[in-house]
Amino acid sequence: MHYSGFSLLKQALTGNRGWTRAWRNLEPRKRYDVVIIGGGGHGLATAYYLAKLHGITDVAVVEKGYIGGGNTGRNTTIVRSNYMLNPNAQFYEHSMKLWEGLSQDLNYNVMFSQRGVLNLIHNDAQRDAFARRGNALRLNGIDAVMHDLDGVRKLMPHLDFSKNTRFPVQGGLAQPRGGTARHDAVAWGYARAADRLGVEIFQKCEVTGIKRKGDQVISVETTRGPIEAGQVGVAVAGNSSRLFDMVGMKLPIESHVLQAFVTEGIKPLVNTVCTFGAGHFYISQSDKGGLVFGGDIDGWNTYAQRGNLPTFNHVVAGGVTMMPCLARLRVLRQWGGVMDMSMDGTPIIGKTPIDNLYLNGGWCYGGFKATPASGWVFAHTIANDKPHALNAEFTLERFREGNIIDEKGVGASPKSH
Amino acid sequence: MLRIDCPWCGVRNEDEFSYGGDATVERPTDYASQDDWYHYVYTRQNPAGPHREYWHHVNGCRAWLVVERDTVTHEIFSTAPASPNLPDPDGRTR
Repeated sequence: MHYSGFSLLKQALTGNRGWTRAWRNLEPRKRYDVVIIGGGGHGLATAYYLAKLHGITDVAVVEKGYIGGGNTGRNTTIVRSNYMLNPNAQFYEHSMKLWEGLSQDLNYNVMFSQRGVLNLIHNDAQRDAFARRGNALRLNGIDAVMHDLDGVRKLMPHLDFSKNTRFPVQGGLAQPRGGTARHDAVAWGYARAADRLGVEIFQKCEVTGIKRKGDQVISVETTRGPIEAGQVGVAVAGNSSRLFDMVGMKLPIESHVLQAFVTEGIKPLVNTVCTFGAGHFYISQSDKGGLVFGGDIDGWNTYAQRGNLPTFNHVVAGGVTMMPCLARLRVLRQWGGVMDMSMDGTPIIGKTPIDNLYLNGGWCYGGFKATPASGWVFAHTIANDKPHALNAEFTLERFREGNIIDEKGVGASPKSH
Repeated sequence: MLRIDCPWCGVRNEDEFSYGGDATVERPTDYASQDDWYHYVYTRQNPAGPHREYWHHVNGCRAWLVVERDTVTHEIFSTAPASPNLPDPDGRTR
């Protein structure tokens, strides 16, 4: 069923009884040309672009939970492309361009809102670093605007601008095209669009083993039976190590939990995405009125999808320092998602030592914004058995070769990225 | 909140400690192969289940510990000094 103003009107006049399933509920067949493990945004986007751009429609997506229940529904919904290093800049900007047409492309409203992203500056060294970053962005054709204090005041009037504050705001670097999108709608939109092109989606279908013959994968064992596959793409960030343990490979990844928080709904207060520069804190306001915020990962290996109190305290302390009025609000909800923290803070998208097994992981906590481009380049990589120029440097081999892409410059310490 | 039983200081809150990562990786010799060094610096088993890991009691006695902890349930099975060369924890105050 095509969604439009007309379909909305027609359903409204007929008691909304004609809406059909967004995607089919099927039983897995014996074999597919491509099996994508992981029905999050990245896996579903991969399936969608495989079908739409590469004509490969014999595709199964297997998901251990339910669509939208993993990390796609566990982030703070921020979209931006303000990366400085070249491979990241080109890749995330491609993602931004796909975001800009995504609702039309998918025929599904992902509520992409380009309300801007503002990174606050608190000292001179930071201003220099951000000016450099802003210039690098503009040289790569990505929008960036430096704001002085007055500019920041106009965008975020409720920050702590008092004279005695511990970390006075001096300015900010903004990406006006950045913003937010409704995260679970992204998963649902890609699932529905992929399904309409013939992709088959299986929920509650956990992969329990991977069967190999030499350097080839021949099938995946799942809780809904074995499925033979011509090619297998793994897009299970958070659990990549567990999947690759099934083929005896160790990855340059640790799993950590990242928390996110939502306050009670209030009238419009925060009309852009704003990040604190003297700590790690980011905040935006959802269309329902809740303030959505987050900070650092908890900082030690875990596969538990829940966070812990010390990190919550730390995040909130940063938030209240930046914006004291937050102290009056109540936090309604909190959740945790398990992240693949890679050894250089950059994702891994490409081939593996096993011929027909492909890896899309290591997203750290930047995976949501990358969803469209991640699926786009991963589909290209699987369809052509070689990476696209946009993910040519995101290889697994880069660690062995010393070609790491360390945007933050902290080295092989996953908890620090 | 993890509660870590430091052999010298007793049970303390997680925020007195700093995480040091996987304690099963062993530093290769200086002349080990490129492959050994690659695995030492970059790859990790990253298990879902029991995990031996370093913790530094940085806001306490400053000793490094090896903690065995479940990465799914967060249950802590054991806590021990990271180095045999550290003073005997016997006589600790609880």
